[in-house]
Amino acid sequence: MDWFKKPNQGPKPQKKRETPHGLWLKCEQCDAILNRLELERNLGVCSNPKCRYHFKIGHKEYIQLLLDPDSFEECDATLVSGDPLQFREKQRYPEYLKQYQERTGLLEAAVSGTGRVGNRPVCLALLDGAFLAGSMGSVVGEKVARSIQRSIKTHWPLIIVSTSGGARMQEGILSLMQMAKTSLWLTRLAEARVPYISILTNPTMAGVMASFASLGDITIAEPGAMMGFAGPRVIQQALGTELPSGFQTSEFFLEHGFVDQVIPRYELRAALMKILGFFPERE
Amino acid sequence: MNGTVLDFEKPLVELERQIEDMRNFAVTENFEALTEEIRRLERKAERLRREIYSNLTRWQRVQIARHLQRPHTLDYIELMMSEFFELSGDRAFKDDKAVVAGLARLDGEPLMVIGHQKGRNTKENLMRNWGMANPDGYRKALRMMKLAEKFRMPVLSLIDTPGAYPGQGAEERGQAEAIARNIFEMGRLRVPIVVVIIGEGASGGALGIGVGDRILMMENAWYSVINPERCSTILWKEKDKAAARTPDCAEALQLIAPDLLRLGVIDRIIPEPVGGAHRDYQASANALKACVVEVFNELRDIPPQALIDARLEKFGQMGVFEEISDE
Repeated sequence: MDWFKKPNQGPKPQKKRETPHGLWLKCEQCDAILNRLELERNLGVCSNPKCRYHFKIGHKEYIQLLLDPDSFEECDATLVSGDPLQFREKQRYPEYLKQYQERTGLLEAAVSGTGRVGNRPVCLALLDGAFLAGSMGSVVGEKVARSIQRSIKTHWPLIIVSTSGGARMQEGILSLMQMAKTSLWLTRLAEARVPYISILTNPTMAGVMASFASLGDITIAEPGAMMGFAGPRVIQQALGTELPSGFQTSEFFLEHGFVDQVIPRYELRAALMKILGFFPERE
Repeated sequence: MNGTVLDFEKPLVELERQIEDMRNFAVTENFEALTEEIRRLERKAERLRREIYSNLTRWQRVQIARHLQRPHTLDYIELMMSEFFELSGDRAFKDDKAVVAGLARLDGEPLMVIGHQKGRNTKENLMRNWGMANPDGYRKALRMMKLAEKFRMPVLSLIDTPGAYPGQGAEERGQAEAIARNIFEMGRLRVPIVVVIIGEGASGGALGIGVGDRILMMENAWYSVINPERCSTILWKEKDKAAARTPDCAEALQLIAPDLLRLGVIDRIIPEPVGGAHRDYQASANALKACVVEVFNELRDIPPQALIDARLEKFGQMGVFEEISDE
């Protein structure tokens, strides 16, 4: 058995996540057989020390692993999408949303609120890839914008955990405008000199990467996460040749100067505490 | 001629050619009897013109926006500005020719112009990369905007792109960061910015020079989060089906000027000559110039802080959502 045949190759985004109810599952990167409960205890990181593949996890897991226990208070939980374009191509947009709401128990692809990291209060927004690939429509944009506003008001540092396929097609131009809305609010956060730490997780692409996710004062990425502007398939089509291995991963963007550090999931909280320590608390 | 006559225009173009032939014949042969016939055909052409162009589908408008003969940024600069001095390069990597920029004089007043630039033939398009900018193009644009801010010059930004370039080098040099940075900096630039979508406004590649105090749009331009072809490919995986559904995706995306006015994304529509801007460059440039001059006059006396406050307010309110009550 060749368990470790493809180490450090980055994730394979095309591969469908298996959702068996069994106790065992295969690592998406190294094919090692993993115990589901142990994987959960490991925060979704493959226990093979040569692999350490980071499985996709949801916003709840990030809240748990980043914040002090029970410190999270959700805000703006009741925001839901409208249907501004009456988008009907292939599927009615409201029905599409409803399917995802039922499947995930979420109303939208972002959750926002406040919490504490090492007893330091912070404002937080998290995207969740389980809901329509974490795509950004009006609600995601509004929740991110309101999180920024809370940071401006409280002077509490802003932390955004991103994962997204990009702007949401079904809300058309209004999705694109969320890039402007969130980025323009960030100009005011900069003016207020409140730190913003952007955490990039697998995958963070297109409209989200080309707006608030790229505008952190400090940018941290999880290992092996896919990120960038254009999807690899689109680039490959335009290029006509194979893309180099590791293209558009966290490590690639670290090398090219767009990420400050690549930090494993189980060290993110400690890193956050360390970073926040450099920025004195303000009233 | 290939590629310059759109399918739905064919009957009209055919008729116009017929009239032209007849007119030439009548002149050379001095054949008076044809005059009445020419007049009749001209009336017919006029009817046909109105019929075709007043009922354009969204997909047909996308075709006009992409017309090879459509006026591009440098055409408008030449026809609108009394002076132009081109500026090049991002001072970091290269001069991206998919974006042009420079000092210009409009109605006697100096300003900074930036815009995507497409070519009109293969050779030009190779140089201009079909109007698809790399990060260097966005950083070039940002450099010019900062220059404008320093010397209190207003900025005119002309959008005409099928998208930011999806390439290996583009990713290596941070395409996403370049676009994000431009959106951010345009959000706090302390001089008036007027944005006009003159042709294609595709996604982040458009928005990368698309934040401003007034957003105007030419009558036959389009602007959306994604182009209709790509939208269709994502929804309908099979190639044939995706191709067949592309016009429907254009409808679904609501990407033409009246849609965007209704959605509160643009402020004004600039009328084009019947049949599209490519049918009369000077008339198109005149309409654009009149509108841009008027809008800059509205913005001229607004203090910088009020300007950027209003800009935040404008983009801050975009989006449609509801707050449901807790059970």
